[in-house]
Amino acid sequence: MHGADAEQASAPSRSAPGRRAEFERAQRRRSTLLATASTAVLLGLIIWQVPKLSGWQRVRKSFFDRKTFSDAFDPVLHAFWLDVKIFLVCAPLIILFGMLIALSRSVRSPLLFPLRMAATLYVDIVRGVPIILWLYLIGFGGAGLMNVREVGFGPIKIGTYLFLGGVALVVTYSAYVAEVFRAGIEGVHESQRSGARSLGLSTWHTNRHVVLPQAVRRVIPPLMNDFISLQKDVALVSVLGPIEALRRADVLQDKLFNFTPFVVAAVLFLCVSIPLTRTADYLLAKERRTMSGTAVR
Amino acid sequence: MMKLQYQHVHKAFGEKTVLDGIDLNVGVGGAIALIGASGSGKSTLLRCTNLLEPIDDGAILLDGDDITEPGRDADPIRRRIGMVFQSFNLFPHMNVLSNVTLSPRKVLGKSKAEANDAAMAMLTRFGLADKAGDYPDRLSGGQQQRVAIVRALQMNPEVMLLDEITSALDPELVGEVLNVVRDLRADGMTMIIATHEMSFAREIADTVCFLKNGVIAEQGPPQQIFSAPTHPDTRDFLARVIASGRL
Repeated sequence: MHGADAEQASAPSRSAPGRRAEFERAQRRRSTLLATASTAVLLGLIIWQVPKLSGWQRVRKSFFDRKTFSDAFDPVLHAFWLDVKIFLVCAPLIILFGMLIALSRSVRSPLLFPLRMAATLYVDIVRGVPIILWLYLIGFGGAGLMNVREVGFGPIKIGTYLFLGGVALVVTYSAYVAEVFRAGIEGVHESQRSGARSLGLSTWHTNRHVVLPQAVRRVIPPLMNDFISLQKDVALVSVLGPIEALRRADVLQDKLFNFTPFVVAAVLFLCVSIPLTRTADYLLAKERRTMSGTAVR
Repeated sequence: MMKLQYQHVHKAFGEKTVLDGIDLNVGVGGAIALIGASGSGKSTLLRCTNLLEPIDDGAILLDGDDITEPGRDADPIRRRIGMVFQSFNLFPHMNVLSNVTLSPRKVLGKSKAEANDAAMAMLTRFGLADKAGDYPDRLSGGQQQRVAIVRALQMNPEVMLLDEITSALDPELVGEVLNVVRDLRADGMTMIIATHEMSFAREIADTVCFLKNGVIAEQGPPQQIFSAPTHPDTRDFLARVIASGRL
């Protein structure tokens, strides 16, 4: 009797994997259908309703003018290279200084207390003031101090304001990136330090070979977020005068009485930031997978 | 000849006293098993021996030399004392060979080739040669713990401290790790073993210490401790261990 009951109860569950897969397939079909339908309805509403707004014709002419777009594209793209160059020069410097500041904040030796205090103050002060304000302060203040038109690095000469704009970005972003690194360093479990020190490794070797490599691996995804912001914030340098994409678009807008050049600049920034964002998401997802894979067995 | 001597060792974490006057002598080639409930101070005693925790009072002597003298550089002492942890503490970003050769290269200044040769010889001895290129998360717990033992041995320590090295392992993996310890014992390594494996303690130790509330309540040869414990707390503890099927 009992045995027969068990047999009966287990019979449906044996065919369950098939039924479950079928159920999940149906669910997926339904989700896809719903997502497609809702997107189509929303897009339809926008396309149908927005042109009916009283100002639409005016906005279309001043923001989405095809001829202005193609006329402005080349000059703005050309200026956009300056944004890319600023980014490529500043990003490695920010990583370097950010790491140095993070390490300075983590030292425990009493001899190095002034260093630790300076690093802490630096991070607090820099992060407490808007980036654009730092650009003005460092840009105009620095230009007054330096009193030269150009700064030379060997054969390369760059305008003072461009140089100081880059300095301001490095100064501000280093503070944010330092905090990311510090979180990474503190996130390495104490047992890793114990393991290394128990082998007779010095503090320096423990940091260099055990803690930092793990900390850096951990912070790559959050660092990517900071660099996505940097990639857009390079446009802030324009407040000091250098003609990068935003500034070039502004000049064109003045000349053509049309805002379409701004849209051109926006499209160019998107072309860089969307791939960067996707890469960051991918790295984050990958990190999460590895972390769950290394759980203690 | 005493390898390690503990003299009135005291250690507190804040208000909580963890070691309350430990006196213990460990002879050269001796094997001490520390038994007792969780929180009795076994792990702390080992961590203090390796100077991972400073002691508050008393002294620990290595070859008659006070290693717990305040202000003394810990690194040269740690080189002489190997430690293996419950949770392995392997470096997850390095493969097995790099894990095992990091300290011989950085601390002893061995060349890469020299360190690799020594490491491969020992990995081979413990059946881990084919894992040399793998990262720790690809290994079973038993393999990880054996790598951790090899890593400590690469420094040619004079004493090995084993801190509940089988407690994080699935039961079927305990044996392979204990076999490595038996090997070390046969080589005459001086060892202090904190363990919950009573039958293993009985087999391998020449002295068993029962810790309770930071003191050694009873110590003696394993036959005496396991067959005829005199202290009521030891009897209590062993009765509970037997009831839970671990002896």
